[in-house]
Amino acid sequence: MAKYQLTVNGQRKEVNADPTTPLLWVLREDLKMTGTKYGCGVSACGACTVHVDGVATRSCMLPISLLDDRAVTTIEAMANDRIGRTVQDAWVEKDVVQCGYCQSGQIMTAVALLKETPRPTDTEIEQSMGGNICRCATYVRIREAIQLASQRLK
Amino acid sequence: MLSIRANTLIVAASIFLSAAIVIVSASLAKPKTASPQKGDGLAAWQQVYSVLISPRCINCHTASNYPEQGDNRARHFANVVRGPGGTGVAGFRCVTCHQKENADSTGVPGGKNWHLAPLSMKWQDLNDQPLTSTDICRAITDRARNGGLNGAALLKHHTEEPLVLWAWSPGPRVDGSMRTLPPLTHDEFVAATKQWVEAGMPCPK
Repeated sequence: MAKYQLTVNGQRKEVNADPTTPLLWVLREDLKMTGTKYGCGVSACGACTVHVDGVATRSCMLPISLLDDRAVTTIEAMANDRIGRTVQDAWVEKDVVQCGYCQSGQIMTAVALLKETPRPTDTEIEQSMGGNICRCATYVRIREAIQLASQRLK
Repeated sequence: MLSIRANTLIVAASIFLSAAIVIVSASLAKPKTASPQKGDGLAAWQQVYSVLISPRCINCHTASNYPEQGDNRARHFANVVRGPGGTGVAGFRCVTCHQKENADSTGVPGGKNWHLAPLSMKWQDLNDQPLTSTDICRAITDRARNGGLNGAALLKHHTEEPLVLWAWSPGPRVDGSMRTLPPLTHDEFVAATKQWVEAGMPCPK
């Protein structure tokens, strides 16, 4: 076990964790931030996506010892982020969610896409969202919501 | 007079003969320090080539819009794409999943700055077949395509580049078995590269 200082959603946190503990479990178990979901644990589904220094990152794949001083942003911060809020509103308006389990990861990836590519084409949306799996197959509504958010952000 | 001339000639001949013996002896005793011959360089290149086309290397030197994975060099799962800089696309970068180190518990490989080689360094054709020894050799010796690397820089790249080194520490697969290594050890690979560079980086015709 070792002590780690990290910045999550702009706040400094300290945790005592095994160096191999994935960031996902530090968020969920140590910091009680359960908006980030455990899906597959092998980086194959995207449910655990957070931003690390702005880069969409599978938190199940990132040992806490490799985080260094990079800032972590989770779904809990999206309501206070201009693009995040717009995406969440579009998600509601398009009624994207079915079971909802994967959706925090979907939104985190969508926000990362729109921050870098404000006017994505359908192809760019499909390529960027390709690693986020939805068992309910809400893919068409996800794409529509991203397009709607893109329009709203003009 | 004649006797003096004859003696002079004998002395001169003796000196010449002695000098010749010394030179021949010295040349025979001298260790080989001459630069490697082209033939040696070509043989060394073939060793280098055998590594470059191994899955650990060539999977990220594709000609296509995607990386490959596994010893069968299958298309990377999840429709991962190259992206404009070889680092994936917005929201779905190589580093979205591949961290600075292998994730041994899950089998996801990792290394510093995980990314695809540029298309100018493609070592495959569009049907995902390895290019010939000649074509790859020409590509990596062409400074317009190889990022401006000369022989010394190529040797340094093969010796120190973290993603090159990763090929010899590729970690376990998802099922826990170890990934296969290139056909040479890293030391052998570097030695072969050095020999090839010192021979003038010859390419087969």
